[in-house]
Amino acid sequence: MTEETRTETKPRKNAFVLFIHKLGSPPWFYGFAGKLIPWLWLIFGVLAAWGLYLGLVKAPTDYLQGESYRIIYLHVPSAWMSWMIYAVMAGLGFINLVWRIRITEILAMSSAPIGAAFTLVALASGSLWGRPTWGTYWVWDARLTSELVLLFLYLGVIGLYNAIDEPRKAARAACLLALVGVVNLPIIHFSVKWWNTLHQPSSISFTSGSSSIDPSMLWPLLIMATAVKFYYGASLLARARVKLLEQDKRKTWAKNVIREGR
Amino acid sequence: MDHTPFIVGAYTIGFIVLLWNAVAPLYKRKTIARDIRRLIQIEERSIDSDS
Repeated sequence: MTEETRTETKPRKNAFVLFIHKLGSPPWFYGFAGKLIPWLWLIFGVLAAWGLYLGLVKAPTDYLQGESYRIIYLHVPSAWMSWMIYAVMAGLGFINLVWRIRITEILAMSSAPIGAAFTLVALASGSLWGRPTWGTYWVWDARLTSELVLLFLYLGVIGLYNAIDEPRKAARAACLLALVGVVNLPIIHFSVKWWNTLHQPSSISFTSGSSSIDPSMLWPLLIMATAVKFYYGASLLARARVKLLEQDKRKTWAKNVIREGR
Repeated sequence: MDHTPFIVGAYTIGFIVLLWNAVAPLYKRKTIARDIRRLIQIEERSIDSDS
């Protein structure tokens, strides 16, 4: 085979595949994430300020719930994020268990505390909304209980990861637990349909496109839901960078990062 | 019933939890940076003593 034909038949990686390969390199990921984080925080800040202004100032008072409904601009996006982050964490955990890609285990384990934080906010804000609306802070209703189970699953993943000294072994065990816990996600989602719950059914349907909320109240909710995605992105990358630095602290690239003050 | 304390309470809890979550990695990074600096110093000292 001549040099010319060898060049022609050499498989060429497209830009996306190259990008995925680069993500696997800790120094490259560290630098890339560092550049992205300020932009994600900025977008989050702008969207959150806009969403909260519309939701807390501009949106009209609900004729049934009064002012307390304004808690939904924190409660609903937090609850959605608690489910989404768990799904992402389990997905990354699956990739890690099958292909042993280190960056996926770092991202999965960095997702757990963020997901736990959102679950805690969803439970606390829901409880504070429940008191004026239902007359109680808490009931052992299917939606509330399954969301509490989600918090325990997050805490279980964090606890298991920290209980094992060897980080890669710890991540594999925690990823397995995260995968098992996925069964809770459909239970949370369908709990308001399967059981007779105090928690109301979904007001917004993305599949049918119908919503029982007035657009003046819906738009701030959608803006806040988008804002928290950027919060998750920024927080996830920040945690992943720190975890990488911690695990690779004896490696040259990590020492160079500290020497150069990056 | 005045709903203000419930709204303020919910947003305060949300703000504190999400702020802590955002700030925690910065504190951790400081600790790790200190560890790495110590490792660099040990390394440099051993190079000096060897030479």
